[in-house]
Amino acid sequence: MDTLVETPTFADAEINKKLTQEDKIGFLRDMFRIRRFEQTSLKFYNQGKMGGFLHLYTGQESVAVGTISLLGDNDHVITAYRDHGHALAVGMGMNECMAELFGKATGCSKGKGGSMHFFAPDKNYWGGHGIVAGQTPLGLGLAYALKYKGIKGCCLCYLGDGAVNQGTFHESLNLASLWSIPVIYIIENNQYSMGTSQERSSAIKESLAQRADAYNIAWDVINGEDIYEIRARTQVAVERAYNESRPSLLEIDTYRYYGHSVADANAKKYRSAEEIEYYKANHDPLRLWQKRLIEEGILTEDAAKELDEQAKHEADDAAKFADESPFPNPEAVFDDVYYEVDHQTDAGRQGKHFFND
Amino acid sequence: MPLITYRKALNDALAEEIIRDENVVIIGEEVAEYNGAYKVTEGLWKRFGNKRVVDAPISEAGFIGLGVGAAMLGVRPVLELMFWSFAYVAYDQIVNNAGCIRYMSGGLINCPIVIRGPANGGTNVGATHSHTPENILANMPGLKVVTPATAYDAKGLMKTAIRDNDPVMFMENTLLYGEQWEVPDEEYLIPLGLADVKREGTDITLVAHGRAALTCLKAAEILQAEHNISAEVVDLRSIRPLDEEAILNSVRKTHRAVLVEENKPFCGVGSQIAALIQEKAFDDLDAPVLRVSSLDAPAFYSPPIEKIQLPDAQRIAAKVLSIA
Repeated sequence: MDTLVETPTFADAEINKKLTQEDKIGFLRDMFRIRRFEQTSLKFYNQGKMGGFLHLYTGQESVAVGTISLLGDNDHVITAYRDHGHALAVGMGMNECMAELFGKATGCSKGKGGSMHFFAPDKNYWGGHGIVAGQTPLGLGLAYALKYKGIKGCCLCYLGDGAVNQGTFHESLNLASLWSIPVIYIIENNQYSMGTSQERSSAIKESLAQRADAYNIAWDVINGEDIYEIRARTQVAVERAYNESRPSLLEIDTYRYYGHSVADANAKKYRSAEEIEYYKANHDPLRLWQKRLIEEGILTEDAAKELDEQAKHEADDAAKFADESPFPNPEAVFDDVYYEVDHQTDAGRQGKHFFND
Repeated sequence: MPLITYRKALNDALAEEIIRDENVVIIGEEVAEYNGAYKVTEGLWKRFGNKRVVDAPISEAGFIGLGVGAAMLGVRPVLELMFWSFAYVAYDQIVNNAGCIRYMSGGLINCPIVIRGPANGGTNVGATHSHTPENILANMPGLKVVTPATAYDAKGLMKTAIRDNDPVMFMENTLLYGEQWEVPDEEYLIPLGLADVKREGTDITLVAHGRAALTCLKAAEILQAEHNISAEVVDLRSIRPLDEEAILNSVRKTHRAVLVEENKPFCGVGSQIAALIQEKAFDDLDAPVLRVSSLDAPAFYSPPIEKIQLPDAQRIAAKVLSIA
């Protein structure tokens, strides 16, 4: 990732030639929205408006926006705890996401999930999962269900570079290949599993996706700073899933500007400030995409600024909505534990389900 | 009524539900071509084929997580653990994903899965294969836990568990698979959360679940024959949801209770029941509530020693005599 590359090959890929100017500008808008959402969330996190962790996606926006832009109605998405970007990319609203961070009843998970646990099944978005690699068999299961029901589709299952060292991920890869399941695992390689670099965590140094060879799974390594490249190369995996019902393992190189979470006190110890600045200056996916659209003559500097402003306003409005929303009612503690209890079915009324008094 | 084995009752329940609902799929190690490690799924692969009965590699976390993911899209997987002891390698998938997905999504997602298999000691297979995690999993709001003691209960509860829209942990017992009970030909369901008084009595209540309920029946016979004590045996059948009323009704009648389980004592199911009784039936008690459980150490391999590690009728009867 040393150069700002000219990649006409990827811009000319079939899947990218289909893009309208509005589509391309839409990608920039989506990336601005993710970045502004998170900058605003950080501001309010630092003001004490949120509890727990806040894992920011800043620097990685092109990965979610680029890959999710390829999906249709029968495709599904699941990711780990750094989930704000994917949530907005699938079409979740800033209000419900910001309110979830604030722990409010109007949050997407009614204040029960928090930053790591956003869900929108109506948008085929299945979380938001807190345990490293814990979502990898779930993504497999979503794709298994598609195959079971005879639906042509795929599941994009995202994971971080740290997750490749978990056993469940390897069990999932083996099952995906053995049973020919249309799941696409996407390693978002931001180079650090919390504070441990890839050099210090992976026996194979060259690439993480190469591990797919052990399971007879096709793999690829993708430059995550370029949406054209992300789309062109991910589309190969999508078609493999659709047409051959075969899994893929993609590694998309990217970079996060903040620590593992905002509470990551060692963020400045395991890498230098210069390294972060270098990436911001040379590899920022928003700046690069904006530059590209200006070069293509479909966007002006002013129009880009306007998009960014709109995103900022939307995020500010979302924070206002979240701040003014009510906290959940304490009685909500016992809602959403059991389906049968919530729906007051015969099963839900039989026997004691909760054990306070 | 025909006499059938506990194993056959489960097999019939699975077959009937596979036929009833096209979304029911059985996944587990050796469940298909091998016919089941304990033959619970015998013949199902031959009858229903590769789609409905699926052999999984030895990857409990992988295939249980797969089941949870598939359930989110409406498949209803019945996942076999060859032993519940192996659940520990899939603990994250069971507890965090199956158990918490509904809550963390604010009720947007539900997880209609059954995880089933034997959870018992007494077969001389050492500590790693003898775990009884019903107390551990019943501790997790979001999960349900069922422990049938007879073929009749196993069939009715299994059919209900498969139709339930929450994750049900279904714990069987290898020592019971070959035992026979009367089971009707016609379809029936047994609700979760409904205990069964397996023997009526007036002098003391024995509360138990799983095979311990059968051991209590034997103890009750000894108590009646040798000591003229009339023991009532309440079989919980389901740990969570729990039929508290059945326990309290019995204790209010007999005024004494001994809680019996093949689990370990610390934070065992009996601990929960003891707390319940002292809270809600304290004034009805004529004696302290006592417990009988597995001796508090990992499962002993040596056959004669493991036999005494589990509760037997004599130990239960002796405990009853100490307060009767």
